[in-house]
Amino acid sequence: MSLKARVKIIRAGFELDVLLDVDDGETVAVLGPNGAGKTTLLRALAGLASMDGRVELDGEVLEDSAQGLYVPTERRQIGLVFQDHVLFPHLTVLDNVAFGLQAQGRGDARQVARRWLERAGLENKAGSMPRELSGGQAQRVALLRTLATEPKLLLLDEPLSALDVTIRAEVRRELSRQLASFRGVRLLVTHDPVEAIALADRLVVLENGRIVQSGTPEEVTARPRSRFVADLAGVNLLRGKSHGDHIKLANGASIAAPDAGEGDVFAVIHPRAVALFLVRPDGTPRNVWQGETESIDLHGERVRVRVSGPVPLVAEVTPSAVRALHLTAGAPVWVAVKATEVSVYPA
Amino acid sequence: MRRVPAPLIALAGLGLLFFLLPLAGLILRAPWDQAAAGITAPETATALELSLFCSLAATAIALVLGIPLALVLSRMTGKPRKVLRALTTLPMVLPPVVGGVALWLAFGRRGLVGSLLYQAFGLQITFTTAAAVMAETFVAMPFLVIAVEGGIRSLDPRYEEAARALGAGGWMVFARVTLPLLRPAIFSGAVLCWARALGEFGATITFAGNFPGRTQTVPVAVYVALETRPDAAIVLSLILLAVSLAILVGMRDRWLGAL
Repeated sequence: MSLKARVKIIRAGFELDVLLDVDDGETVAVLGPNGAGKTTLLRALAGLASMDGRVELDGEVLEDSAQGLYVPTERRQIGLVFQDHVLFPHLTVLDNVAFGLQAQGRGDARQVARRWLERAGLENKAGSMPRELSGGQAQRVALLRTLATEPKLLLLDEPLSALDVTIRAEVRRELSRQLASFRGVRLLVTHDPVEAIALADRLVVLENGRIVQSGTPEEVTARPRSRFVADLAGVNLLRGKSHGDHIKLANGASIAAPDAGEGDVFAVIHPRAVALFLVRPDGTPRNVWQGETESIDLHGERVRVRVSGPVPLVAEVTPSAVRALHLTAGAPVWVAVKATEVSVYPA
Repeated sequence: MRRVPAPLIALAGLGLLFFLLPLAGLILRAPWDQAAAGITAPETATALELSLFCSLAATAIALVLGIPLALVLSRMTGKPRKVLRALTTLPMVLPPVVGGVALWLAFGRRGLVGSLLYQAFGLQITFTTAAAVMAETFVAMPFLVIAVEGGIRSLDPRYEEAARALGAGGWMVFARVTLPLLRPAIFSGAVLCWARALGEFGATITFAGNFPGRTQTVPVAVYVALETRPDAAIVLSLILLAVSLAILVGMRDRWLGAL
């Protein structure tokens, strides 16, 4: 199963022109800043926005403007998950999940829906109304509602962005698990690099209606080709194995982190959370290393300092701090990161 | 409350008085000792029964025809929408008597459609209960259409998109998503429509006439009784006032909520 699409949309002041290929078994994230055209692209693939071009899913042509061919949304066998769940407010959780199955004319829609809820551990919410759910539960139900129809193409529009940071990780884990067992084409759009990197095998970076870069997260962040990707690469993203209160990186270095759990994890450290010192700092930070200043880049009012060492990191400091620390390329420097500034989530 | 200049307060008081005095007159001058007898009088009961039947029938027709009309209106854009919307709302501003004349010209025995019906089936609408229902529908339906259209416009279109993406066809989207989500708008529209139909006078007496038991609804009965039996007219008016008050109280959350 695969998706091949050429989407062209021209509106006043906006032009989207995208060639997209998503293969069987991969999750592709279309990553881009707000206004890049991500949602418009999804809507076009879903048949909800008029476009020029061609959409082919699993060998079947869904849309071909050259031939005047258009398969309406309800017959595309797609699944669409919105940023904020969009559960039907007048239907119970069970009826929401059963909705798509009933649309397929299945007599056992409610039984099947109940099984989906059971598998997700949400069976005790079957009779609840959507307004009684927490944000995370609502989004999980929305995902189940879509998956229950067994679509050939799953379109996710910023599925985690509307959620509280505290529950985002939980929903991301479930989403990740569901995506792994989903047999169809998976396409995610998001402006959040963490979401994209955590969920996708391949990134497609969209800016101003054009694809500027594509590849694995590592490939994309290693050689930024635009400002957006450069900023994206600016986040310190580490991967390792978690052992309770610390994470072991592949090179053997260890990072202290709160409640890291067990197993493969990602760790994100924002450059602003990386403090630099001339001498070994006293006090509470548990992550202290000595490194070497690799490069110093001025970004407006902030300076990004890349420091090599056991844990290579980018630090963001003020120009006055650079002067006070006598930072120059090649100079030794102490790096400190509070354990609480390391955010960890399962890989 | 923010300060309001004194002359404006005086004018506002005068305006309020203008509303309240007639109502006070109605209540104070009502022959309360005869009210019970008036309500149970057969003419009153007949008029009331007919009024209820006609206004409910008009509301039912307005629901069946008005909701689809509102849906079509809400999906249109540009000039065609403006024209159709103006046509739909015309009965709201048209003097009801003119509406009655127009109905007569269309459905009367020699009317546009009426003559055909008469020739083909020997059917005559004028001066029948059906005519009273039609007159009330004509005048009251726009209230429902406007309320429902407003409801559709404030509806998040993504509910319908989500339903379509889940595989629901046009009819299922309408029946299982759009219609239930519009329930509050449909309810308030129907109540307004019913209240307007219940009070309908001008178009009814023009198109349907004044036949007790057939077309003589309460407002018509009030008008006729005022000449000969003013007490009965006052009792009937009180009944209509009570119904209006009940509607106002029942819908106060909705109306006050909009303020």
